Amino acid sequence: MASKTKKAIKISQKHLLGIQDLSINDVNLILNESQSFIKLNQSKNKRLNVLNGKTQINLFFEPSTRTQSSFELAGKRLGADVMSMNMGNSAIKKGETLIDTAMTLNAMHPDIIVIRHQDSGACNLLSQKVNCAVLNAGDGRREHPTQALLDALTIINRKKKIQGLKIAICGDILHSRVARSNIYLLTMLGAEVNIVAPTNLMPKEIEKFGVNTFTDMKKGLKDCDIVMMLRLQNERMTSSFLSSNREYYEYYGLTPDKLDHAKPDAIIMHPGPMNRGIEIDTRLADDINKSVIKEQVELGVAVRMACLKIFCE
Amino acid sequence: MKKQYFINANIIDPFNSLNENGGLIISEDGKIEAIGKKVNSNNLPTREKPIDLKGKYIFPGLVDMRVFVGEPGYEYKENFRTLSNAALSGGVTSVVTMPNTDPIIDNVSIVDFLKRRGRDKSKINIFPCASLTQNIEGTNMTEFGLLAKKGIIAFTDGVKTIQNTSLMSRIMNSAKDLDCLIMQHAEDYHLSKNGMINSGIIATKLGLSGIPDIAERIIIERDLTLLEKNKCRYHISQLSSAKSVEVIKERKNDIKFTCGVSINNLSLNENDIGDFKTFLKLSPPLRKEEDREALVQGLKDKTIDVIVSDHKPEDEESKRLTFSQAATGASGIETLLSLSLELYHNGSVKLDTIIQSLTSNPAKILRINKGNLSIGNDADFCIVDLDKPWIVKKENLVSKSKNTSIEDKRLQGKVTNTFVKGKELFKI
Repeated sequence: MASKTKKAIKISQKHLLGIQDLSINDVNLILNESQSFIKLNQSKNKRLNVLNGKTQINLFFEPSTRTQSSFELAGKRLGADVMSMNMGNSAIKKGETLIDTAMTLNAMHPDIIVIRHQDSGACNLLSQKVNCAVLNAGDGRREHPTQALLDALTIINRKKKIQGLKIAICGDILHSRVARSNIYLLTMLGAEVNIVAPTNLMPKEIEKFGVNTFTDMKKGLKDCDIVMMLRLQNERMTSSFLSSNREYYEYYGLTPDKLDHAKPDAIIMHPGPMNRGIEIDTRLADDINKSVIKEQVELGVAVRMACLKIFCE
Repeated sequence: MKKQYFINANIIDPFNSLNENGGLIISEDGKIEAIGKKVNSNNLPTREKPIDLKGKYIFPGLVDMRVFVGEPGYEYKENFRTLSNAALSGGVTSVVTMPNTDPIIDNVSIVDFLKRRGRDKSKINIFPCASLTQNIEGTNMTEFGLLAKKGIIAFTDGVKTIQNTSLMSRIMNSAKDLDCLIMQHAEDYHLSKNGMINSGIIATKLGLSGIPDIAERIIIERDLTLLEKNKCRYHISQLSSAKSVEVIKERKNDIKFTCGVSINNLSLNENDIGDFKTFLKLSPPLRKEEDREALVQGLKDKTIDVIVSDHKPEDEESKRLTFSQAATGASGIETLLSLSLELYHNGSVKLDTIIQSLTSNPAKILRINKGNLSIGNDADFCIVDLDKPWIVKKENLVSKSKNTSIEDKRLQGKVTNTFVKGKELFKI
C-alpha cells in the first residue's frame, strides 16, 4: 500500500475532535490507512494485534447502535482491550460532571477514549482533562469526524476521486453534526457541495463555509454525482420547525422523480438510522444499483480501525 | 479622622464639568472640603504635609449599575464582604445589586435583611434592586411603592425579561404613578430559546444554538412603543448589537429613556469564545466586531448612557462544564475601569465620556448623590495611575469567584487607592 512508503508522515493532532482541526495530509493518512483494513475486514481472519495491550474506553452519553458497535469492533479487531460504557444509566445520573468522569477514567490509564455526547464541545472539554487520545464519535450538532471520513472513503471507492464531484447534502442540516463534518471534509478535498434544506433547518451563515444553498431540492440535486440524505432529527427539535412529516417528504424526501435531476449514475448515501418514507423513499434506500448505505457501514469499521491505530501511536 | 490633603492630581469630575490639575482636601468627617486647581502647595497651611499625587488621576468613585452578589443564597459565589473588596480594588464605591438571589428580593422583609447585611458587611455603598415581578416569574408585580419607601431605588428582573406585553404596560403605569425606575433586560425568549451565543457563523461552527440580535431589538422596540403612552423612568440594562444602537439613537429624539452597555460587549466579540470558553458565555451574548464597534460609537456619541460591569461571579463548578451546561456570566467589577480605559488608550472614546458613563450618568439615572466630587459630599473617589501596565491573572483577583472574561489580558491603567467617606479602604 502507498501508506507504507510514506511512513514518515505523522498525524498533526493528538486527538480527533473534528475535521476542522485536520490538514489534508492528516485526512489522506487516515484514508490510506483505512484502505488496508477494508480487505482485512472481508477476510476470514480479521484479527490483528497492532493495539495489543492498549485500552480503549467507549464513553457513550447518547444512545448509538452503529457508531458504538463499529468502534467496539474496530478496537477488538486491532487487539485492544475495549470497554464500552453506556453513560445513560451511570454516574452522570447521580450528578457527576463530565470532568469528574474524565478524571476517574483517566486514573485507569486508558490509551484512547471514544466519546459521544449530546453537548457540542464535550469532546474538547474531555481532551483538556485526560492524558490519552480522545476520538470524537459525535458531539451535539458540532462534528462527527469518523462519519465524514467513512463517507469520503465510500465516495472514493465508488467514484475513484472526490476532487471536482458535485455532492448534495440534503435535509436537517441545522441539527446535523454529520453535515458539518462532511462540509469541511468534502470542500477540503475539492468537491462542490450543495446544501439542500428548508430555511428553518438551514444553519445561519452556512454559505460562509463555501457551499451553495438551496431550498428547492430539484435545483439542489441538479447534475450531482452524490446525493447524501440526512435523518430528520425529531428528538432535537424543540419547537415547530416543520408542519408535518408528510409535507416534508413531499418537498425534501428523496423520491425517484427528484433523483432524476441528479446525474444518471448518481449514488445515494445516508448515515443512518433512516426514517423511511420521511427523508427517503424506501425503494431508493434499498436499490442496490444506487444506494451505498450498507457499504458506508462496512467501511465505517475500516475507518475507525485506521483512526484508532493512528491516534493510539 | 485627620484632614487629608492631596495635590498635583488630574481631577476629572464630569458632574461638575471639572477636568483640571489640582488638589483635594478631605475634612475630618470624610467630606470633600475643597477641590480643583485652587488647592495647591502655595495656599495650604505650612504645617500640613500634602500628598503629592504626581499627575495621577482622581475620579469620583465608580457607580456600577449591574452587579450580582450571592447574598442571600449563593454566598459561596460572592458575599457583601468579598464584593466590596473586589469593587474597591477597581475603584467602584457604589453598586446596584440585582435581585436574582435565593430567595429573590421581591418583598419588604427581605429588603430589611439585605440592608442590614449590606450595612454590617459591606465597605461600599450598596443600592439593592428589587424585582419587577414576584419571584421573577413575570406574572405579578411587586409592591413598588412600599419597596421604594424601604429604600429600593430601582426595579428589575435582572437576568430575566418581562415577556407579557400587557403586564409590561401595567408595570410602566405603576412605575409612572410611583415615580420608580424600571430596568429591563431585553430578550425575547421565543427567539432566544436554547440560545447560548450570537446567532451566526460561530454558532454554526461550534454547533451551538444562537441568540439572534432581533431577540433584543424586538423587546426594545416593544417597550419603547409602550413608553410613548406610559411615560415612566425606563432604562435598558444592556445593549449588544449595532441594530439596537440604531433603534435607540432614533427613538431618543422623541422619548425619554436611558440605556447601558456591559464592558464585555464593548471590549470583546464572539471570536473570543474560541474553543468553547465558558467564561465568555454571557447574556446578552458577545456579537460580531461590527456590533462591538457600533456600541463603542454609541458610547462616544452618548447614545449609550452607562457602562456596567455586569459582574456575575460564578464558582468553578458552574463553569467547568460543557458550554451548554455552564452558567452564564463573568466576574468583572475589579477590571471595569481598567478595561474601559482601553477605549481611551486606543483613541476610541474621550476620557471624560468614559468617566461620565461610569460615575455621574448612572448616579443621575438612579437619582443618588454619588459619582461626583461636589463640595460637602462624601469623599468617595479613586486615585488612578492611568498608564500603569498590568496583566489580569485569575489568581490575583479579589472576588470570591475567578470567572473573568479577560484572563491574561494586558491592560493599561490601574486604581492605586480607593476612598469611601474619606477613608482609604484600598491601596496597592
